[in-house]
Amino acid sequence: MKEFKGRVIAAGEITAPALVSHEGLNTLASFQKALQFGDKKATCSDQNNPDLFGKEMLGKALCLPQTIGSTTGGMVLYCACAMERQPACMLFSKPIDSLAAAGAILADVWVDGVTMPVIDSLGDEFLDYVKDGMTITVTADGTVRVEE
Amino acid sequence: MSMILTDEQLAIYNGERGETMAKVMKTLVRYGEVFGAEKMVPVTSEYNHLVTSFGLKVMAPVYDLMEKLIAEGVKSGQKFSVDPRPLDKNVPQNILQKLVFNCFMYTKQDYYEDQLEKLGLLSKDSFTCACYMDEVGNKPKFGDVLSWAESSAVVYANSVIGARCNRNSGIIDLMGSIVGYVPYFGLLTDEGRRASWIVRINTTKKPEAQLLGSAIGMRVMEDVPYVIGLDKWLGNELDDAACTYLKDFGAATASNGAVGLYHIDGLTPEAKLSGEALIKEGAREYVIDDAELERVKASYPVMWKNADATPKLCFMGCPHMSLEQLKSWTVKIEAGLAESGNKKVLIPTVFTAAPAVLAEFNKTEYAARLEKTGVITSYICPLMYMNNPLCAKMPVITSSNKLRTYTTARYYTDDEILAQLTKGEN
Repeated sequence: MKEFKGRVIAAGEITAPALVSHEGLNTLASFQKALQFGDKKATCSDQNNPDLFGKEMLGKALCLPQTIGSTTGGMVLYCACAMERQPACMLFSKPIDSLAAAGAILADVWVDGVTMPVIDSLGDEFLDYVKDGMTITVTADGTVRVEE
Repeated sequence: MSMILTDEQLAIYNGERGETMAKVMKTLVRYGEVFGAEKMVPVTSEYNHLVTSFGLKVMAPVYDLMEKLIAEGVKSGQKFSVDPRPLDKNVPQNILQKLVFNCFMYTKQDYYEDQLEKLGLLSKDSFTCACYMDEVGNKPKFGDVLSWAESSAVVYANSVIGARCNRNSGIIDLMGSIVGYVPYFGLLTDEGRRASWIVRINTTKKPEAQLLGSAIGMRVMEDVPYVIGLDKWLGNELDDAACTYLKDFGAATASNGAVGLYHIDGLTPEAKLSGEALIKEGAREYVIDDAELERVKASYPVMWKNADATPKLCFMGCPHMSLEQLKSWTVKIEAGLAESGNKKVLIPTVFTAAPAVLAEFNKTEYAARLEKTGVITSYICPLMYMNNPLCAKMPVITSSNKLRTYTTARYYTDDEILAQLTKGEN
């Protein structure tokens, strides 16, 4: 078990299995299928992300460096939250990028009843350590516990 | 709240202009605080540009939010252009595709366009990702502060024009021009515009714009690169050809990575003003030669079910083509056809451009010449066209690295595309 401390972007507490992307998450490409074709499990549709392609993102603790790609990204994340197809939480090893931050904040301010904790700046060691399926527990102060 | 707001901004924040306006301001303040913004600064461009152009049925949360803004009488303080429409009957569609597009996917298109008009759409033809084209007229000035989204437009405005804009998300773009302020951080600041990468171009020929942009985007991600050696191939003036090259180059840096600003030594405005003083101490270095470009191209996955399939469609123009590009491609296709003895292109081909650019193109002699080759012109967004299971199964070719990234379209260089279209060579 290891603990990491990050910065709270959107507060909340949750326990969920980890899903790890070592590359930047292309939000539009990843959530396209979930939003356009009613895939309620939010299966990642980004062909260029070998870590996530074809894996279900719904309810997972999504561990990633940052998000990349189209500036629809934040809006896509907002929609995923409003449609309840979002990951359980998003955990960034690097400082959060502007698109992911926008999505997290839009969801937090404008969507009632949905909580998706978002923590950033967890460090490269976090992403080196965490593996798919490990149990992640996020607490309100930005502590992330990773258990095998 | 750690940000210091002016009295006017604080009044909005505290709800003096209604609860919805207060939520808009709170969203922007929280967004800025994440990035250490200490203040909000006025948006100074004449127009805004929004990224969301599609009335997809499943994007209901966006339309609900728009409806809330309209119901509260909230309007954009600026008129705005918006990304391209997802539908155009000129573009080849079979019966099933027509049915899916019109009856299932884009059933909210008219409704959403009506919302955009109520909120401040510039005109019914203001649908393009390349809003900065002279023909379109949404071209900011050097130093203007923008609240734009659309990654390819943001990187162009920052890099080629020298305006100042962060890589804003959809919705945040509109919110900035509703309150008239954006948080001051990142690419709005002098420090945020300095380069943390030096990219040296050591190729033996002019690098393919979309391939070079892809290589740089994938390496530097969201950082600012200072590119040395490209002016050897592009010259030192931002003429039509250089601007067109940088449009495609930038779109690839932004979609294959997350670049919001690049500097080209001896060419782009800030590089011309400040030169290598823009480079931060300790900047990392990336050298690009012919072999590196080949390596990057070979790394692209082929998403076709049958990698040897005959292409059924070719899309050019993601981002939308310039007038210069439409003309030069007309000449190239004519020459290719003349050489091969073919009369028309061998693959159904769509060139996409802004409605205003197409209108200008149609006034020239090139329009009839291009039509004669069999190429179709359209204002559609190729990306939106491709984003459904029916089109995803089609073997589509393109020289757009953005289209390749987001869809199953297969990337080829401009020369390879030309050979396939005119000679059937693969």
